[in-house]
Amino acid sequence: MELAIFLVLSVISIASALSILIQRHPIYSALSLILTFMSLAGIYIQMQAEFIAVMQVVVYTGAIMVLFVFVIMLLNVKAEERVPNKLIVMKYFGIPLTLLLVTGVGVNIFQSFSGQAIRVSVASAPGLTGNTQSIGKLLYTQYALPFEVTSILLLVAIIGAILMAKKEL
Amino acid sequence: MPENIAFEIQQILPDVILCFFGVFILLAGPFVGKAKQSSLGILGLAGIVAASLATANLVGNDGTYFTGMIIVDHFSIFFRFTFLLISGLTILSSLDYLRRQNINLSEYHSLILFATVGMNLMAASNELIMVFLGLETLSISSYILLGVKRTDPKSNESALKYFLLGSFSSAFLLYGIALAYGATKTTNLELIAKHILSGSADMRLVYIAMGLMFVGFGFKVATAPFHVWTPDVYEGAPTPVTAFMSVGPKAAGFAIFFRVFLVAFPTTYEKWLVLAWASAVLTMTLGNVVAIVQNNIKRMLAYSSIAHAGYILVAFVSGRDDGVAAVLFYTLAMNIGAFTIVALISRENEQKISIDDYAGIGFKQPLLASSLSLFLLSLAGIPLTAGFAGKFFIFRAAIESHFIWLAVVGVINSVVSVYYYLRIIVIMYMKELPEDYVPVSISPGVAVVLWLATFGILQLGIYPDFVISLARVSVLNHH
Repeated sequence: MELAIFLVLSVISIASALSILIQRHPIYSALSLILTFMSLAGIYIQMQAEFIAVMQVVVYTGAIMVLFVFVIMLLNVKAEERVPNKLIVMKYFGIPLTLLLVTGVGVNIFQSFSGQAIRVSVASAPGLTGNTQSIGKLLYTQYALPFEVTSILLLVAIIGAILMAKKEL
Repeated sequence: MPENIAFEIQQILPDVILCFFGVFILLAGPFVGKAKQSSLGILGLAGIVAASLATANLVGNDGTYFTGMIIVDHFSIFFRFTFLLISGLTILSSLDYLRRQNINLSEYHSLILFATVGMNLMAASNELIMVFLGLETLSISSYILLGVKRTDPKSNESALKYFLLGSFSSAFLLYGIALAYGATKTTNLELIAKHILSGSADMRLVYIAMGLMFVGFGFKVATAPFHVWTPDVYEGAPTPVTAFMSVGPKAAGFAIFFRVFLVAFPTTYEKWLVLAWASAVLTMTLGNVVAIVQNNIKRMLAYSSIAHAGYILVAFVSGRDDGVAAVLFYTLAMNIGAFTIVALISRENEQKISIDDYAGIGFKQPLLASSLSLFLLSLAGIPLTAGFAGKFFIFRAAIESHFIWLAVVGVINSVVSVYYYLRIIVIMYMKELPEDYVPVSISPGVAVVLWLATFGILQLGIYPDFVISLARVSVLNHH
């Protein structure tokens, strides 16, 4: 059952990711991107990372993609016109590099099936139910200072946005 | 996971003070007249003085705080003072510049304070997450500062270039941090070293993480081959910001470069040695050779600062950080001094930044020309200036650690650099002054900066004892 859900979600995410590239109209690309994010969120839930899944939906699908779609609509971008591809050279670099990437990923997948995968550890949270709770707890104890520093970082970014974008100061 | 943690605010008091003043300047902005916006820099200076006092209070509080996020040691306190000095000098030299260029933005000063907070946190961080947050606070502040001349396309270009390339390099760093965490289950620098030593970490991941972090930090400190952005960004930026960029983020970048590699990855020394060695040779050579052909003084100083990053890498390769303090300190004095003069000579809208614009000013503007000559001679490393003491330290460290060839390359590069530094002095004193030359007046703020820089160079050059004691207190205890 789990495998079936995983397969369905991964097929959807890969197909919609491809569709971002293939679509000629930016709105369709943006909508495909939303679909990719949603299916990725599903995969995160399967990996029991429900906090990341929710953040994925709220932040990416909810906030950022809505902005994307608004900007595209406001700018009234037309479907991309077919331009003759002048950069033939790119093909000669692109194809070998793609092959390299595919073999690299393939080797890793193969290794993981034969039991010699790179070890990556997952942080465990003993005594807590669900990782949303443990993330919350960590943010207010162990990572309290970085949490506060992030607010300064965001303040600086806001100042920058106003300074750069405002018509008259 | 700790159940209750202590909030030792006094250990980050300088940063709290700087943030307070940064926000205060923002709030005060609307209440002062448009023409007086830039004079809010006085508040910025007050903040820096207060933060310096708070930093002095940190001496003796050695240890880690905030559940290991922040470390207080000689190294971090030394760098905190360096950053405060840099920001103070930048604000001093900007007061007059902003007025002349008609930049009426109080945000300028508060951004410098926030950038200082970022640098302080970088130097004091004991955690990769804090490293990243400090670096981003600094970077975002600098992106904005570079583009502060909103209507000038060159300033916009410089800001956009640094923003795009900077975000790209941050991604490298972040990927490196993620892999280091994946391999060792921790982002704490000391614990990473412990995990690597105990053999529980996957070394393949650790090596990739180190490489990615090397790229990320290398970009911030502008070492070859990650230096390409430097000349364009320095050229287009408002000149006091260029001065800031050429020392502040660089010093902060090196501080964290040293801390991460010497504290977290000391056992893999011989692996990153090759990388750093090659990068040092490439950086010194490229910086000095390309500087020769520059006709724009800001670009020339940009390449010269790339070359200096190369010298600091030599110290890094030697595994000794006692020369670093000296070099950072003297480049600080000289770069800020030199760029302040460049800002003055460039006039409104920064038109005059070609080397030929310095023709004949030697006898017309004695104070400017003589102090610029001193700064350039010191950058070249002529004896009796701070530059000589700094380079001497670094090359001695290289020879003592048996990197003879590295020292040879470094000395040859120093000799090459004399050519382009002297060229400006020759043009200033031996060429004809153009008929229509209008002398520039020196404002009190600029005069203070120039005197301080001159004093620093001669003090460090004639009495290197100070450099030695500086070097001794700022050494990172990493073994």
